[in-house]
Amino acid sequence: MLAFILRRLGSAAIVLIFVGVLAFILFRYVGDPVNQMVGIDTSIADRDRLRESLGLNDSVIVQALRFLGHAAMFDFGVSYQFKRPVAELLIERMPATLELSLISALLSLVIGIPMGVASALGKDRWYAKLLQAVSLAGISLPTFLIGILFIYLFSVTLRWFPSFGRGDTVKLGTYWTTGLLTSSGLRALILPAMTLALFQMTLIMRLVRSEMLEVLRSDHIRFARARGLPARSINFRHALKNSLVPVITVAGLQLGSVIAFATITETVFQWPGMGLLFLQSVQNVDVPIMAAYLLFVAAMFVAINLVVDILYLAVDPRLKTTSKAH
Amino acid sequence: MSAPLLSVRKLRVEFATRKGPLVALDDVSFDIARGEVLGVVGESGAGKSLTGLAIMGLIDPPGRIVSGEILLDGERIDHLSEDRMRLIRGPRIAMIFQDPLTSLDPLFTVGDQLVETIRAHQPLSAQAARQKAIGLLGEVGIPAPEQRVDSWPHEFSGGMRQRVVIALAMCAEPELIVADEPTTALDVSVQAQIIRLLKRLARERGLSVMLVTHDMGVIAETADRVAVMYAGRVVETGPVREVVHAALHPYAQGLMAAIPTLETRAVRLAQIPGSMPRLAPRTRPYCAFHTRCDKRFEPCSSIAPPVTRMGGREVACWLHEPVPAGAAR
Repeated sequence: MLAFILRRLGSAAIVLIFVGVLAFILFRYVGDPVNQMVGIDTSIADRDRLRESLGLNDSVIVQALRFLGHAAMFDFGVSYQFKRPVAELLIERMPATLELSLISALLSLVIGIPMGVASALGKDRWYAKLLQAVSLAGISLPTFLIGILFIYLFSVTLRWFPSFGRGDTVKLGTYWTTGLLTSSGLRALILPAMTLALFQMTLIMRLVRSEMLEVLRSDHIRFARARGLPARSINFRHALKNSLVPVITVAGLQLGSVIAFATITETVFQWPGMGLLFLQSVQNVDVPIMAAYLLFVAAMFVAINLVVDILYLAVDPRLKTTSKAH
Repeated sequence: MSAPLLSVRKLRVEFATRKGPLVALDDVSFDIARGEVLGVVGESGAGKSLTGLAIMGLIDPPGRIVSGEILLDGERIDHLSEDRMRLIRGPRIAMIFQDPLTSLDPLFTVGDQLVETIRAHQPLSAQAARQKAIGLLGEVGIPAPEQRVDSWPHEFSGGMRQRVVIALAMCAEPELIVADEPTTALDVSVQAQIIRLLKRLARERGLSVMLVTHDMGVIAETADRVAVMYAGRVVETGPVREVVHAALHPYAQGLMAAIPTLETRAVRLAQIPGSMPRLAPRTRPYCAFHTRCDKRFEPCSSIAPPVTRMGGREVACWLHEPVPAGAAR
């Protein structure tokens, strides 16, 4: 088990170094850093001095190693537009994005799995067909459209929830601000979380449904029926557990993309998270933020994959013996 | 003769397809007495497994029992609700399937599965059920059952898994076991052990067994009586010795001739030319075997042969039946 985790950490490091090199190329070669930092009236001599002091005249290898070394210490340089360290900016914005993403991931599991089970068990009933039809809408409507529709319906027309922002937040510790402890924070969270969750929810529902239909046809379920086990146990103990193994992978990867690509939802709802920061940095060619964001997303996917693999071990006993045997 | 434990009467199963129904079982009748092992043979697609599933009430849509009845101890069980059928499956009739590798839930230990099955039918404490599970594993020949009860299915070999499957089928002490090709997926040396185990359980517990297989060797040494199926019909039933040595139906004769023996060193094994016809949309107005039969004559291709009783045997073939007048064209 420990060897397995260490091995996975090793390959994670390789992935991160590779992405780090990509981030460096982005950082160094997209636009001229000096031009981004100085005004139009700066003299050429001043520019050269700055170039020298930033180390931009060193060889590419030295620059790359320096970039990676700094990145390993969470030093991603200074944002061109905000004139503040990038790491500070990201940490400031991270709680908003993580809260939004985790809540919507939770929503999509808590609602998506039961919907999937219901539509698999009641295969030919009207509600299963209704769920299938609705899920098709959920999977094909673009997120920004859903967000705008929600705003129009629940903010503008019904006036139930605010249409933008994060509401009041409370500071927890040095870095973390949370909107989960105030009523205005919670109210502000509902619309963006639902918007972000809708796609994942329908995806998970459809996945659970198809997996479960597959498992219900399998030999061991037929044998369970032939032994006279109650339907409740067959459906929810044996069939559901067997259906969830592939769901874990997809849910994990989806959580990654929810965090990484909450950008659109954050923009629609003006949610002060990392996604919004990233979009602003793209508009302003704020390359240090883009490079750091790229690394952050990569690190997160690697971490989630590791967690998914460990969860596999917990759910499926067959993997334990094979990893023991190696 | 006492009343049979299981009696299948004129059973007909159809599958609804987009192009209309297809008849998978037609006019299937046979009995199984208490303590008797009935072998059911026939080639793939003859309806052997489907007959087993029909008895268990496990035919999934689009298949359904259209007519006929299945009687257990004189009571009809073919139209019971799922809830009442659940009380039959396990305590009255159990079924084991072909592939022991896929018959067990991979995510639960064999002990969990045994205990769950025992407690589904008997009001036992978890501890008592576990003791019973260990006892059952020992009875089906799993060595060191106290330790093995906590093993996962994938930690057993194929033959051992089939023993676990049999233990699971025995949990609620059934009167009849439907064994659907229980040895097909196993290698030959293990096959004999599993068959011996089934025979021993049948003898010690007075179990009836419906043994579905296409292995005539297994039938010959295990079964008391045999039913030969062809294209969804039972073409011949009778005591195993008589059917093996003097089959009445040409198809059964062909099957028996195809059993390889050590004495006759044939260069080529005997075979029946041609293949079984596909499912038909309605009862065939002729004998389904006539295209492959070398003894066919006029009525075979125009009228389906009725079942004739000849002593302890039954056969559906015009060779053993007076041909009705006017049948010959």
